[in-house]
Amino acid sequence: MPSYISKCAGPPPLVFFSSASIVPSFLPFRFSCNTLCCWCHSFRPSLPSVSTSPTPPPLSKCAAPPPLSDSSSAADHVVQRHHRRSTLSLHSAMSIFGGMIARKFSSATTRSLHVCVVGSGPAGFYTAEKMLKAHKGAEVDIIDRLPTPFGLVRSGVAPDHPETKIVINQFSRVAHNERCSFFGNVTLGSSISLSELRQIYHVVVLAYGAESDRVLGIPGEELKGVHSAREFVWWYNGHPDFSNLTPDLKSTDTAIVLGQGNVALDVARILLRSPKELSTTDIANHALTALSESSIRKVYLVGRRGPVQAACTAKELREILAIKDLYVNIKEADLVKTSSDEEEMKNNRIRKRVFELLSKASTSRSPSQSSGQRELHFTFFRKPDKFLESYDKSGYVDGVHFEKTTLKENDSGNQIAIGTGEYEDIKCGLVLKSIGYKSIPIDGLPFDQSKGVVPNIKGRVISSSNGGENEDGLYVCGWLKRGPTGIIATNLYDAEETVASISEDIEKKEVTSQKAGREGLVHLLENKKIKFVTFGDWEKIDFEEKKVGSLKGKPREKLATWNDLLEVTTK
Amino acid sequence: MVERSLCMREISGTITKIVCFFSIMFISKFSRLGAQAFKGLSKAPLTIPSRKSFFPVVQNDSLDASSRKLFSTTNSQEENEDKQKISVTFFDKDGEQEIKVPIGMSMLEAAHENDIELEGACEGSLACSTCHVIVMDVEQYNKLEDPTDEENDMLDLAFGLTETSRLGCQVIAKPELDGLRLALPAATRNFAVDGYKPKPH
Repeated sequence: MPSYISKCAGPPPLVFFSSASIVPSFLPFRFSCNTLCCWCHSFRPSLPSVSTSPTPPPLSKCAAPPPLSDSSSAADHVVQRHHRRSTLSLHSAMSIFGGMIARKFSSATTRSLHVCVVGSGPAGFYTAEKMLKAHKGAEVDIIDRLPTPFGLVRSGVAPDHPETKIVINQFSRVAHNERCSFFGNVTLGSSISLSELRQIYHVVVLAYGAESDRVLGIPGEELKGVHSAREFVWWYNGHPDFSNLTPDLKSTDTAIVLGQGNVALDVARILLRSPKELSTTDIANHALTALSESSIRKVYLVGRRGPVQAACTAKELREILAIKDLYVNIKEADLVKTSSDEEEMKNNRIRKRVFELLSKASTSRSPSQSSGQRELHFTFFRKPDKFLESYDKSGYVDGVHFEKTTLKENDSGNQIAIGTGEYEDIKCGLVLKSIGYKSIPIDGLPFDQSKGVVPNIKGRVISSSNGGENEDGLYVCGWLKRGPTGIIATNLYDAEETVASISEDIEKKEVTSQKAGREGLVHLLENKKIKFVTFGDWEKIDFEEKKVGSLKGKPREKLATWNDLLEVTTK
Repeated sequence: MVERSLCMREISGTITKIVCFFSIMFISKFSRLGAQAFKGLSKAPLTIPSRKSFFPVVQNDSLDASSRKLFSTTNSQEENEDKQKISVTFFDKDGEQEIKVPIGMSMLEAAHENDIELEGACEGSLACSTCHVIVMDVEQYNKLEDPTDEENDMLDLAFGLTETSRLGCQVIAKPELDGLRLALPAATRNFAVDGYKPKPH
């Protein structure tokens, strides 16, 4: 490692008020912002090489490889600072000077705080980013049970939403930080226990999300053809656990989606969009093939309550309504608002805008209904009562028996759906339940079964046995902390809150104990013969997927089985 | 807070001088090339890119502006060039920071150029709400074009939405906006989110 490379020295407060750009790219001291430590704005000093060496250091290489990567992954360790105007800006020049001055003032930092984040989705990565930024002496390891990072950004965000996945760039910069490491293929609860992790690390933040589903608890839920939306989403997004789901899309023309949130709209849109349009997305190959052969033409989106309470957001609704040649059916009678509805809308901008979109769609059904045309039916005020089994194909679903509902205000002022005793059947061959995700508890972790979250106060895990005291050094973030709702950005604020709690606790009670941290983790995993996947290994997967994808005009072709994924990492 | 800001500015000024010294050393070498570049640039009409412009377009604009500044040799050119930038002040939880933003550049891009901690998860592609800013003066807010449906869809999900909220990536610098004051939602939040506090000198 070249001698000019030193550890992150902390942000240089002195350059915070830099202004315009004057340094042109062709000047000899063309050090780019790439020499900045990518997430923390602290500096990998390239200055000595600027003044003493005629050739600047390699611009796009991050100075230090993650300690555990092998040499090839270190070579992959490329910082992509695509959106910062790097080579031109004065701030890069000033950064160097600022960095020098800042380093003079900052005492040498030692990595005394060992932090482990479990889960590499948005909650995990935002937590890691905030931790690295707030604690210059922290070393953060992110573990994930999959060989691939980014959680639901990879396996949840719909393939036709590539812009939403751009946040991966930011997370990759975090992973490239020299104080951050990724350990894929490591499962909390089987590869390593929670108590083992807590012995090795000062701080453990659980951000492993919600990998299960809420159930309706009604008869027929186990019938073939009834899936949770999560399984279906994981299937079309190439999640290795569900690439063999093979939902039957060929023996029916009707699918019922239970729920009207954004996940429901996503799965409905994937079923209704033309496969040709999907073929240029990163949809899993097996899913694209199945959707091309799909005979499904009619999708019912069913909600227990009315259009004012629909849980989707305007963007997703606008998108599905804009599908070409789609016949959209919304009963006008369902759009009649009560005074409680008006009140609800007055206080909620999203509800108001969603309702407006629905009303507009109900009156402007442009393409008239014709045979073979794709249809979307918004069905309100229906509660699933039981799933109906097919007479011809035993064990398979043939429809859903719904009870009609009406709204009633409960004690807390919310309008809830009450059954009216009237029933209606809708025939279908596929049901996707999009009624919510659920977190899975692990051994040694307090868990609130009814809410499906870990009991916590601002991210601090509350002990179930210890008289309601905080579990020392144990925190939660994301869906495991607050339940499975919100968007990617929600995790940003969530992570801020959890990291603020961690910072407060560290301030109150200084960390004096020695912990093995990363070294301890590697030692433990090696002893258990667990082959972990580094971020460099992931970059091999990433490279392979993009390579195969580019041949097909797709941004990537996801490797969708455990074997394929792990095989590439050993190349 | 004010003290810190003043102190920062002083030091920042000193650093600017140092950098300028180095720049001048090299500028003489490239002055001929620079003059040519400036000639070419001055022919190009100043255009304000469409509101939907993404980073590449914006970046070109910033490049133009910075090149102009670099190669300016006379006062009149400097004045001219100053007119092509507007002053924008960002208010975050630690205080305020005034920056110069070239015409045509988005506030998201300008914030990142100046190390202002404005998130930009989707990098200006209108797919998130993380670059949410609050326009502090209603008059300034009214000078902006109305948000598109797509921007409103994202604003729906913004944390701490106000009547004068916009997405930073959609607010593009134009002459009328000189003196724009923008608050980051973090500035309005109660809890300290960052353990790091620079010490006063």
